[in-house]
Amino acid sequence: MSHARAGEIYLDNAATTKPHPSVVESVTRALTVDYGNPSSLHGKGVAAERLVAEAREALAWTLGVEPEDVLFTSGGTEANSLAIRGVGGVARGRHLITTAVEHSSVRVLLQRLAAQGFALTELPVDHYGRVSAAHVEQALRADTALVSVMAVNNELGTVQPIGDIGRMLQRHRAAGRPTLFHVDAVQGWGKISLRPAAWSVDLMSLSGHKGHGPKGVGALYVRRGVPLAPQLGGGEQERSLRPGTENVPGIAGLGAAARLLAADFDESAARMRTLADRLREQIGTIPDARINTPQDGAAPHIVNATFGGVRGETLLHRLEQDGVFVSTGSACHSHTPTPSHVLLAIGLSTADAQSTLRLSVSRFTTTEEIDAAAVALHHAVAELRALVR
Amino acid sequence: MAHILLRYGEIHLKGQNQRFFLDALVRNVRESIADLGRAQVRHAFGRILVDSPAEEEALVGRLRKIFGVVSLSPVQVASPALPDIAGAAVDIVGAALGTRPGIATFKVDTRRADKRFPLTSMETSREVGQTVQHRFPQLQARMDGPDLLVRIDIRDQAYLSSETIPGPGGLPYGTGGRALALISGGIDSPVASWLGARRGVTIIPVHFHSFPFTSERSKEKVLDLCRVLAGYMGPLGVWIVFFTDIQRAIQLSVPDGLRVLVLRRMMMRIADRLAEQDRATAVITGENLGQVASQTIESIAAINAVTRLPVLRPLIGADKMEIVARAEAIGTYEISIRPYEDCCSLFVPPHPRTQPGLGEADEAERGLPISALIDTAVQRSERLTISPRWARDTLPVGS
Repeated sequence: MSHARAGEIYLDNAATTKPHPSVVESVTRALTVDYGNPSSLHGKGVAAERLVAEAREALAWTLGVEPEDVLFTSGGTEANSLAIRGVGGVARGRHLITTAVEHSSVRVLLQRLAAQGFALTELPVDHYGRVSAAHVEQALRADTALVSVMAVNNELGTVQPIGDIGRMLQRHRAAGRPTLFHVDAVQGWGKISLRPAAWSVDLMSLSGHKGHGPKGVGALYVRRGVPLAPQLGGGEQERSLRPGTENVPGIAGLGAAARLLAADFDESAARMRTLADRLREQIGTIPDARINTPQDGAAPHIVNATFGGVRGETLLHRLEQDGVFVSTGSACHSHTPTPSHVLLAIGLSTADAQSTLRLSVSRFTTTEEIDAAAVALHHAVAELRALVR
Repeated sequence: MAHILLRYGEIHLKGQNQRFFLDALVRNVRESIADLGRAQVRHAFGRILVDSPAEEEALVGRLRKIFGVVSLSPVQVASPALPDIAGAAVDIVGAALGTRPGIATFKVDTRRADKRFPLTSMETSREVGQTVQHRFPQLQARMDGPDLLVRIDIRDQAYLSSETIPGPGGLPYGTGGRALALISGGIDSPVASWLGARRGVTIIPVHFHSFPFTSERSKEKVLDLCRVLAGYMGPLGVWIVFFTDIQRAIQLSVPDGLRVLVLRRMMMRIADRLAEQDRATAVITGENLGQVASQTIESIAAINAVTRLPVLRPLIGADKMEIVARAEAIGTYEISIRPYEDCCSLFVPPHPRTQPGLGEADEAERGLPISALIDTAVQRSERLTISPRWARDTLPVGS
């Protein structure tokens, strides 16, 4: 099934995905039939509460955790915020560790904590954007309160060694250290297997709209017993850690998205991998094009490539004319002219960073779409190079 | 009912055609607040008085942008009898105390144009001051630099005010001919348009759009700038010129040091053509001597050579800091600094020629089918009507 409108090839699925019809249906049901407040005592409230409970179960199942360990938030940014500020508020240590390639919703929060007196270690990455568990281990201190590492880099698709880091941290903690482990898995959900419990992850952030769910809803996995300071005050929803009337339509949509991806996770991941490989191959035939996403150890949906001598923004708009939608770096960066910190961190020059596109497929992208997009890309690069000579 | 008194400046200096300017000013004032309820706008004793059922704040927000207005004051109107005047003064002081923190001293200042009023100006000030003092014992009267100055103007009625808000000055919009204004999305060009409009010139903004070399958002940015300008000028007819093919042709056939110059000459030729359609008789640009390498006297000469129209450059001698300050005051700065590229910055070569000869520009354009390019660009241009931000249609329910 192709999800695109005729003539449109949407290859910006790392920015957001098109909500699946079953998601739209669940959201609509929560807005039209089960519109009650889950806290209400009457039947309308019970029906809404059931939608939330079912969504929690479906989401927990995708992570292999218990439903009680999943809190709903307004999205990935709030999940990261609740995790990092929540730990910062009750931390027993004063040291934080992260990488140079985190999403801004993690970076900015950690930098704020650093400004408030925490010590912050920002670890460098290799030329694929990967941090090593050994580097994390070397950076650990007796008072390290939090390690925050993303599961999948949003610009490059690079997968971080979360399992290795988790195992290593387990040993560190066994010696009585207070260190907690947070993973921003927004870009990994539905793309790679996420097993926070097996990986000794304490906190894991997710977002609905990266996986065909609605925008404005996300989740935070919180391992049982992990102390968090709530960032909002009010009712007792979400174990008082995230009070406020539940976003029932969003949560129901997120639940539908979770069921969708759980139904055929391995097959769809393999399909995306095949598409991304096909795209890599075709980009590889463009002169002076370099692929920044590693062949091994990357999520199956992202291909990041540099097209020497062509402005990424111009190339993006030229492709748009042919109905192909892509991104220059992460969407949040696209509004600022400074090049992406991720691309600079992996050693790209400013000029190359500004000549870089991110193409990202979804489980609904087709082979024909990839081929048509590759042809458009060939043409666009050649045409623009002729102009800027 | 709110009352606002508008003062105008330069129009006083006009001789026989003063009426023409005043009528335009009154008309512009009426139009700017037409959607806020049935207002009375009248010209009296060298001022304009607006009576409107709208909120004072909304009225001031609109009227402080009317060209020709030097300053304005919300006023209380009282019958010309001492008890009424004193009562109005107490109201106005009470309102000021409620909205402006830190008022400890006050002064009453009276002007009496109607000499039939039984008290002199001094006596009136003293009497009213005593009433205010009695009502607000925490206030102290101070003759020099009071925190609050209550002005009383006794004419057919008594007009009391405690606030003077600056207007933009200049001449009423629409009294000074018509000009096409080239708008790039940068900081300078909206300011240049505004300055032209402040001298009464009717503005027709023209934007050169080069998708895919520039984004849809850069066009949105220009339209947002026009919305701000429309707050001063009323609805604007904006040209969005299809410039992509010209941009492409220049890249392919013009030597890189002369591309910016040829680009500007093509813009000017299109403006010239559109001016004819729009009965405009001048072009306004945001050019400024020496600010970038391509803005030299030689470049200006080469650009002017392709049009018969006078090209007005209100910013020609301004420093960047002055332009930025003006853009902030007008309200365009925050929009202008949004990062989307405009069609000048994308292809700018590292070293444009600073002193191109006229012959050189002609030579560089040899390979360009100029009139065909201009025909296509004009045919594929769109004309949009942009209303002030506050005058957008009410939001539709649903989609």
